[in-house]
Amino acid sequence: MSPQELLKRSSFSELDARARARCLLDPESMRELLGAFDRIKSPWLAMQGITPQADDGVVVAKGTINGRPSVVIAIEGAYQGGSIGEVGGAKIATALNLAARDNRRGIPTSAIVLLETGGVRLQEANLGLAAIADIHSAIVDLRRYQPVIGIAVGTVGCYGGMSISAGLCSYLIASRETRLGLNGPAVIEQEAGINEFDARDKPFIWRFTGGEQRYLSKLVDAYVPDDSNEILATVTTLLSCGVPKRHRSDSYHEFLACLAEVDAGEQASPEAIRRIYRKGLEA
Amino acid sequence: MEQMSYRFPAADPAAQHALAGIVSSGDLEVLLEPNTAGTTTIVVNTSVKGRNHIWNALLSRIFTANALPAARVEINDCGATPGVVRMRIEQAFEEAKSQ
Repeated sequence: MSPQELLKRSSFSELDARARARCLLDPESMRELLGAFDRIKSPWLAMQGITPQADDGVVVAKGTINGRPSVVIAIEGAYQGGSIGEVGGAKIATALNLAARDNRRGIPTSAIVLLETGGVRLQEANLGLAAIADIHSAIVDLRRYQPVIGIAVGTVGCYGGMSISAGLCSYLIASRETRLGLNGPAVIEQEAGINEFDARDKPFIWRFTGGEQRYLSKLVDAYVPDDSNEILATVTTLLSCGVPKRHRSDSYHEFLACLAEVDAGEQASPEAIRRIYRKGLEA
Repeated sequence: MEQMSYRFPAADPAAQHALAGIVSSGDLEVLLEPNTAGTTTIVVNTSVKGRNHIWNALLSRIFTANALPAARVEINDCGATPGVVRMRIEQAFEEAKSQ
């Protein structure tokens, strides 16, 4: 990208969660649910010496995209690494449940989930995990009616239980900044050893778990530049595609069959991983 | 966690509520709502202990220099420097002006 192009584009990843939601929804259509001034915040963080944020780091915004009802759920990656606690998790799950209910009542409502998150908030451990399970079942419920689009474009990446949420989405959008994986690099290094995964080696991390690699492995549907207009255009296109004939997560049998053939004795390479996943999806 | 409360004289009520900033490292969140004319109240929640004298000095400098609109202000701080605190407060008051 030339410096001129770089200056002209409007970065999506540099926006905070609220601004990202505003940028996706039609002008003047955004209405925030349980916003900061409702002060539904984490009851657990203050007793652990962490300042709670008034919206618990999750922005839920109702509105329209291209005139169609949609709910945008944006996780604030700058607050506690976008971690999912009891309150923020319940906001996400309930917003998705309400969208599904709207669909059952004859109002076709889609959902856009901005996945800027390290996964569960360790300070709220089991409550956060339970909330993430609620999010998973809510996505599976809603995606029967209207697309649930995940956007993982940001510096935090998308990890842990929320990477499963990403896998359950009807469509997933990523950029070259994205990192997407179940376990974070430091966790893999700790559990499997530095010979297996060196968490200080940034190019290595992106080669294995970066947005481009995930796109070429068919785990991501749209690979976009970090540009608000391009991302909005991609969202609009994917929404007009409707519900996919078969969701990626419905192919788990094929993926498992491929994984069973993998020789763990060989050092994995990004190319080998692409081959494995592609085969899983072609089957 | 430490909590501090302040009260300052103020002008007419702020026109609308406003939100500025995020509780991320070196930053803070300012929630501003209109208050009855004449008084601004501030609650500071901060994860950094033992900096009361700095908050006292900074907030009294900001809120006594000019009569700002009357507001209920909540500050959720994650170790912001005084310069960042001032900018976020000014940003909130700017956004609270009627369009």
